[in-house]
Amino acid sequence: MKHRHRTDSAVAPLGLALVALAVFPFLGGQFYVDLVQTTMILSIFALSLELLVGTTGLVSFGHAAFFGIAAYATALLSPQADAPSLAWLLPAVLAATALAAAVIGAFSLRTRGVYFIMVTLAFAQMAYYVFHDTKLAGGSDGIYLYVKPVLAIGNFTLLDLASAHTFYYATLCALVAVYMLLALVKRSRFGHALAGIRANEQRMRAAGYSTYPYKLAAFVLAGTLAGVAGFLQAVKDGFVNPEMLAWHQSGAVLLMVILGGIGSLRGAVVGAFLFVLLKELFQSEALFGGFARHWQLPLGLTIIACVALMPNGVVAMPARLRRMRTPVPHAG
Amino acid sequence: MPGDVLLRALDVTRRFGGLVAVDRVSITLVRNEVHAVIGTNGAGKSTLVNMLAGELAPTQGRVQLNGRDVTRWPQPRRARAGLGRTYQRTTIFPRASVFENCRLAAQAKSQYPFDWWTRAAHCHESSHRAERAIEQAGLAGQTQRLAGTLSHGQKRQLEIAMCLATGPHVLLLDEPLAGMGPEETERMLLLLSTLKPAHAILLVEHDMDAVFRIADHITVMVNGGVIASGDPDAIRVNADVQAAYLGESEAVGTA
Repeated sequence: MKHRHRTDSAVAPLGLALVALAVFPFLGGQFYVDLVQTTMILSIFALSLELLVGTTGLVSFGHAAFFGIAAYATALLSPQADAPSLAWLLPAVLAATALAAAVIGAFSLRTRGVYFIMVTLAFAQMAYYVFHDTKLAGGSDGIYLYVKPVLAIGNFTLLDLASAHTFYYATLCALVAVYMLLALVKRSRFGHALAGIRANEQRMRAAGYSTYPYKLAAFVLAGTLAGVAGFLQAVKDGFVNPEMLAWHQSGAVLLMVILGGIGSLRGAVVGAFLFVLLKELFQSEALFGGFARHWQLPLGLTIIACVALMPNGVVAMPARLRRMRTPVPHAG
Repeated sequence: MPGDVLLRALDVTRRFGGLVAVDRVSITLVRNEVHAVIGTNGAGKSTLVNMLAGELAPTQGRVQLNGRDVTRWPQPRRARAGLGRTYQRTTIFPRASVFENCRLAAQAKSQYPFDWWTRAAHCHESSHRAERAIEQAGLAGQTQRLAGTLSHGQKRQLEIAMCLATGPHVLLLDEPLAGMGPEETERMLLLLSTLKPAHAILLVEHDMDAVFRIADHITVMVNGGVIASGDPDAIRVNADVQAAYLGESEAVGTA
């Protein structure tokens, strides 16, 4: 009974959030609709990292590599003039990203803890300099994407991402799909094994789990889902530059996960929205005038304050407040 | 030789740089027998267990499980072949229930890592094995409790339950009685005697009373080597063993 109640209380806010996102284009101005769409893309990105950080206990500081590699793959694979079909472009982009994740994961998962953090960062920086310093894709200037992909059967167009409206809802569907996939994974045997690896890898090996392939599978899945976000971002902006895989992008997505609450899928989405909201707030010249140029300073201080006051993230706050209000009946 | 040999180590040696932690130790574990390994701190008992379990590769020597050479097998593969171990330091999942601790251990036998549709909680095979292991280990009333909230003795029982949930034939138990009160010790010894008929058990333990009560065979290690091996009565009167233990108790007395 208790379990049932918990599930219900988790589903209601999710449903509300979904309805809010679905009706938002009818209420908000174009600027805000755009901003929400970008935030949904970042939510997908944060969700993919949550699988590594929250579920498996692997703190990757190079997750932007897959976001950026997918974006570059999208730009490089897209033809110059004709609209590419989603039916081959998206699978091709995701396959390329998965391959990159398999290679980077195979090496970095040989290390643990702080070494893992540093090795993932090193790989992401390598990818950054490949795109930044070679003529492969426009170097530091980046590369443009002139046409947005469509999904058509014969002459009948099912989905045309050139339409902003359609693209908004396609992004929302992608967010829901990624969320549901990860929710399924987390409650499956695979997800429980990943949670066991996070809690005590030695015990998992003693029980008979070969933990390395498990971690690699999680790494590839997380990289591929970050690729979904990178694909959407590239198509949305019509432009890709090396900053997408820079270390501060990896840091930002890690902050989103921490801000929302490590270990919870809702946390990743809430964290992404909160991060963007704070960033927009402190960048607003209407509110802060000339000081808005130094938005990083108040953003950083706010995040430090949030983490200090809410050590388990925003999503853990309701339960924490409830516990503070009601006296604890049992001690220890 | 009564019973079937399930695990055999032949002249296993482990060097760490210039230090020989385990020096040409041979050991045989037989079903329906408790084989105790005793020795002073730093005698190499834990290193020996780590080599048998596959956590540490021996520098020399061989390990056989059910007659097959498993020297090069990593630990998870040995575990799936029926080698279970517990740790000196309790290694449970403190934030999961007792049931989930055992269910996850049992799941190692039926992993299906790419079946993402079925809920782990609905995996009947592992649930069934977990329930049996919990009952065997005497934790039947505690199924839904968080593992971290158990008493020390119960945590040690859970450690064994998790090991049993994987369905092992060989049990390597590293100091299961460490830190236990007399009552808890009795319960654990009773548990070991019920497990004995179906398993080959290696027991590393410091509690000498318990060891001499339950062991069928005792191996004594000093400085990485075996100084004596035999049944409890032979070990009790062995002059080398007495010298080694007398030496230690004198050292403790003067410290």
